[in-house]
Amino acid sequence: MARNIKLRIWRGDSTDGGLKDVVVEANEGEVVLDVIHRVQATQMGDLAVRWNCKAGKCGSCSMEINGKPRLACMTQVASFGEEETITVTPLRAFPIIKDLVTNVSFNYRKAMEVPAYEHPKNLAPGEARMEQIDVERSQEFRKCIECFLCQDVCHVVRDHEENKKSFAGPRFFIRIAELDMHPLDTLKNRKKAAQEEHGLGMCNITKCCTEVCPEHIKITDNAIIPMKERVADIKYDPVRWLGSKIRKREGL
Amino acid sequence: MTLERHKYDVLVIGAGGAGLRAAVEARESGLRVAIICKSLFGKAHTVMAEGGAAASMGNVNDKDSWMVHFRDTMRGGKFLNHFRMAELHAKESPDRIWELEVWGALFDRTKEGKISQRNFGGHEYPRLAHVGDRTGLELIRTMQQKIVQLQQKDGRETGDMESGIKVFAELTITDILKEDGKVAGAYGYWRESGEEVLFEAPAVVIATGGVGKTFKITSNSWEGTGDGHALALKAGANLVDMEFLQFHPTGMVWPPSVRGILVTESVRGEGGVLTNNLGERFMFKYIPDVFKDKYADNEEEADRWYVDQDNNRRPPELLPRDEVARAINSEVKAGRGTEHGGVFLDVSKRLSAEVIKKRLPSMWHQFYELAGVDITKEAMEVGPTCHYVMGGVEVEPDTAAAVGVPGLFAAGEVAGGMHGSNRLGGNSLSDLLVFGRRAGMGAVEYLKNNRANPVSDETIHAAAAKIQAPFDRQGGENSYSLHAELQEVTHNLVGIIRTGAELKEAIVKIAEIRKRSANVAVSGGRKFNPGFHLAFDLDNMLLVAESTAKSADSREESRGGHTRDDFPGMDNKWRQVNHISSFDGEKVNVRKQALPPMPKELFELFDIHELEKYMTPEETSKGGSN
Repeated sequence: MARNIKLRIWRGDSTDGGLKDVVVEANEGEVVLDVIHRVQATQMGDLAVRWNCKAGKCGSCSMEINGKPRLACMTQVASFGEEETITVTPLRAFPIIKDLVTNVSFNYRKAMEVPAYEHPKNLAPGEARMEQIDVERSQEFRKCIECFLCQDVCHVVRDHEENKKSFAGPRFFIRIAELDMHPLDTLKNRKKAAQEEHGLGMCNITKCCTEVCPEHIKITDNAIIPMKERVADIKYDPVRWLGSKIRKREGL
Repeated sequence: MTLERHKYDVLVIGAGGAGLRAAVEARESGLRVAIICKSLFGKAHTVMAEGGAAASMGNVNDKDSWMVHFRDTMRGGKFLNHFRMAELHAKESPDRIWELEVWGALFDRTKEGKISQRNFGGHEYPRLAHVGDRTGLELIRTMQQKIVQLQQKDGRETGDMESGIKVFAELTITDILKEDGKVAGAYGYWRESGEEVLFEAPAVVIATGGVGKTFKITSNSWEGTGDGHALALKAGANLVDMEFLQFHPTGMVWPPSVRGILVTESVRGEGGVLTNNLGERFMFKYIPDVFKDKYADNEEEADRWYVDQDNNRRPPELLPRDEVARAINSEVKAGRGTEHGGVFLDVSKRLSAEVIKKRLPSMWHQFYELAGVDITKEAMEVGPTCHYVMGGVEVEPDTAAAVGVPGLFAAGEVAGGMHGSNRLGGNSLSDLLVFGRRAGMGAVEYLKNNRANPVSDETIHAAAAKIQAPFDRQGGENSYSLHAELQEVTHNLVGIIRTGAELKEAIVKIAEIRKRSANVAVSGGRKFNPGFHLAFDLDNMLLVAESTAKSADSREESRGGHTRDDFPGMDNKWRQVNHISSFDGEKVNVRKQALPPMPKELFELFDIHELEKYMTPEETSKGGSN
């Protein structure tokens, strides 16, 4: 049942590196992370790779497999051809630390820039009442496991380091959408902030983020497009524009 | 090169639920807090908790109360729990859940719009607040975002978002430092660069989670290497009842690469049925005497329970985890298992595909992607997997202070006592909220009378020498192979069913591996080098395994997560005994200590006839300790 497969692994650090070919045993049902671990235990003791749960729930083992951003723990070896070489490389949008590990601190900085949830001041713990149907919209986005594959694939930052400063990325658009759709959140103007402060306008909805999301969150359709539509609605509708000038309208 | 140094009031080691909750508490009391995580922030094993957090809010059945939850917890732990921990946990968990909602958590709802609660093994009423089957992720994310909220507040006040609370991600702590018998800080290294870091902090909270990686088949990730257990032991703290390990009855068994990965108990809570290869629903054969009045002994009644819980007894699939795990083990051993050495778990016959995908979305996903099984149409193959350690650091229940080490606190899975000999599903998420907060409060109180405790150069040099040692050795042992050998020993000799002879053999073998581990050499440099990281994890796992094997050898009875083939019965005399492990620098020593008796007001919450099943006549006639 065990067979040898060809694996090509990027090894190196921020100064230098390249692809290394190895042959490694693979057993039935194994995922790419399993064979990387076998390489680590038998051939390259210092091969750096992040992982945790090995069940697609923590989003640690993000890497590019044959050029596609994926979770190594959810990618079956058997999904490739018997003779095919599987190439594993680090996420391209983030600076390399070593081998398959990149510096993803960009994402944690962006997380700190999104204003936190604000609970209604007069609503005591235990008093909240929400309909299931109303919480489900935000719950879809709270499924996010922060694997940052969407951030990696997004062409706004993938090859454009200069855009990172003003662009939060798909992961944080769904975070903003989640708070915006939260039945109880009291902070106003989240959509406006998404547009003006977090770079929502730079997204041109190619849906690459949705395609790579291992949680199958409809990032573009359910978060980005609805926010863009509302922003456009209020910004360009002459009556609403006038209304917003006459008396201070909030809630965008 | 100059050593990187940081000064904080409180250092929290571990960024799972307990650690984050402790950090929030300490920061909200005005203290400066550092949070250490071995992985990236938000990846802790808490994200793997699926089913829910137990809290007697009474949203689904208003008969529920803290007293019922307390009774269920004590029963589940076979009355070996520290009564005060179980009491605090039962009383405070509803507030801890509601508080999460104030921080932005979105739990599933009841028709009235309250937080929905689901059934789980050993809980008399529907009690688990949940979000589909990804409740742990919701807890972690909510607290992660709460910490960001606190950082934003600090940012507005000081101009520096990290001035009051800072997360140090991908950092391993190798030593808890003491001066004059009190905690002074901790020492460790950045996993990324291998460079060393000193934290000076007079209060340290250990919240490092479990020990699953000591075993071959486990639901735990690489992080579950018993770091906090070992750090505490080495710092002079005790571990209590390390023989009790929970083998979760339902881990995946096929394909081999996913063996051990958790299949949530919610599958059974939602109506999943266990069968053997004869198609027999075998759990009816395994209802122990102490539970006969609470569990249905026939299929008709068990099935009726799903629609009418007031007039029917619960299905035996929902017995406490230790009972179900042993039953599955027996069926497989008797040759009635599946092709791959498990049993069948089937939810497809009770629920529609649509409902399964809605209530158990990540299970559907997990089986479909990793095993090629569609659980809406076919049965899963499942078997026991090492999931949780009930034993842990001996603490004062109210403050989570580690006994014997001033300034040290422990909360969550790494702390012992709360769950007795077996933890009920759903009680760990509530445990980490309740005692995470209490550990934070404990640190705040402690610091009122204890300020900074400077770390001496000698202490620093000793800690630094330990980190350098594996690089200076030539040849030597490989940490990956030693880890694999340890896992074989624990799996074969300290596993789900144990005997005295095998445990004694395990103690000898673990000591041999430990001796060889002193000779581990590391190839490559310090920069993100997993071989180097494992060398330290291995040392921790060896201490934990030694403590477990020795405690298990001493306990000559079977109870909860400790089953002795040579002492198959539960012995009420042993219920009065806690095993206390300590470390003398060379080896782990295990001694017996009397379990604190329940006070009268808790004692009287139980039917005396129930207590007679667990307690000696002297204890029951006394009727509580006051």
